[in-house]
Amino acid sequence: MSRYLLDKFLYTVDRDPELVERYREDPAGTVAWWEAEMANRILNCTADERSTWLAFTEDERRALRQHDHVTLFQMGAHPFLTLTLFIAMFERDHGPLEYQKAYGQAMAHLSLPYPDIST
Amino acid sequence: MAELAAVIASTHHPFYHRASTATGADRPPFADEWVAKIERFRETLTRAEPDVLVMVGSDHFHQLWLDNMPQFLVGKAPFFDANFYNEEREFGLPRMTLRGEEDLAAHLLRDGLDRDFDLAFSNELRIDHSITCPIITLRPQADLPIVPVYTNIFAPPLPQPRRFVALGKAIREMVESWESDKRVAVIGTGHLSLELGGPRQFGEHGPDPEFDRRAVEWIASGDVEGCLAEVSLDSLHAPGNATHGFMDFMLMMGVAGEGAKADHVDTLDLFHTMEAYFTWYPNGVPGEAASA
Repeated sequence: MSRYLLDKFLYTVDRDPELVERYREDPAGTVAWWEAEMANRILNCTADERSTWLAFTEDERRALRQHDHVTLFQMGAHPFLTLTLFIAMFERDHGPLEYQKAYGQAMAHLSLPYPDIST
Repeated sequence: MAELAAVIASTHHPFYHRASTATGADRPPFADEWVAKIERFRETLTRAEPDVLVMVGSDHFHQLWLDNMPQFLVGKAPFFDANFYNEEREFGLPRMTLRGEEDLAAHLLRDGLDRDFDLAFSNELRIDHSITCPIITLRPQADLPIVPVYTNIFAPPLPQPRRFVALGKAIREMVESWESDKRVAVIGTGHLSLELGGPRQFGEHGPDPEFDRRAVEWIASGDVEGCLAEVSLDSLHAPGNATHGFMDFMLMMGVAGEGAKADHVDTLDLFHTMEAYFTWYPNGVPGEAASA
């Protein structure tokens, strides 16, 4: 399991307006493309200086493909990254604060201690 | 030597800008009270007549990322561009450019390293809402040069709370030993109890009003030791999963000093989180003659 790679996905998509839309409209295609092209890109290096070892587990791929923020939380993905990106994708479909409240409500069954988010 | 004109600790609420500028049906019912409290808070900085602002905040995964994460970082640059696309998107925050005070930044880095704080630095730092929110609330004309100081309250493993307090104490001593005739305000922002992306987010109040009450008491009374005795990296998970931002308040308690009662204390109970505002005048309240 790679919390770091989950976070890297959320981070790199969230900061790019085109990727936010692409992930909203085509989550499976975006996750597959991102893992193939972006997962091993070192963000502060040139494109040729890539890592060689980063990959999702099937459970992680599935959670990302399914926009499953509850499972991402349970996997220890950074909650700020998940929340920020999911608000960007889905707040527009709801009334004021409706999405944020429903997002929390979907996790009402979870209690402390929360999953470890350290990477 | 430079004079520490004011020490200010605040929450940084990214919704303030939008709430305070909204009109008509878009204006939330709490906006007028919030603006009134902010304007009183702003006056506490204005009357200190600062020349330079040291701004303590925390990057929210904007420029600083997990492949290269500093614990404490000082920005040393002639300018700092500010706010990011996702802060415009979610909070409606404006793009800004602030001037930097490189001489003070260089002094904090050299003196800080010599005091065993292994400070990282950045010569090209785009700052985010942890620093621009207090600019918007406290100095909206954004006319003063700044030295940003970033802390890691966000990406564990985190430094211990006592380390935040110690850095705050050191920042005060370093500001007061800066060879300059400038008046410096140190402004830091953090959080009280806060939950982001978890089941307790966006409630009627902050996730833990009792923690908030105690936290305000610790800060307002300068009870650094009492706070340190109660707060640990583990304990901060209980009030809300983003409550480690409280350690930036602890840093500011270190700047203000043990036992230093705040000269201005105000709070505002909002949905999702409580706002809290504190100002200390280390050399007396401006305009009130100390010799009277």
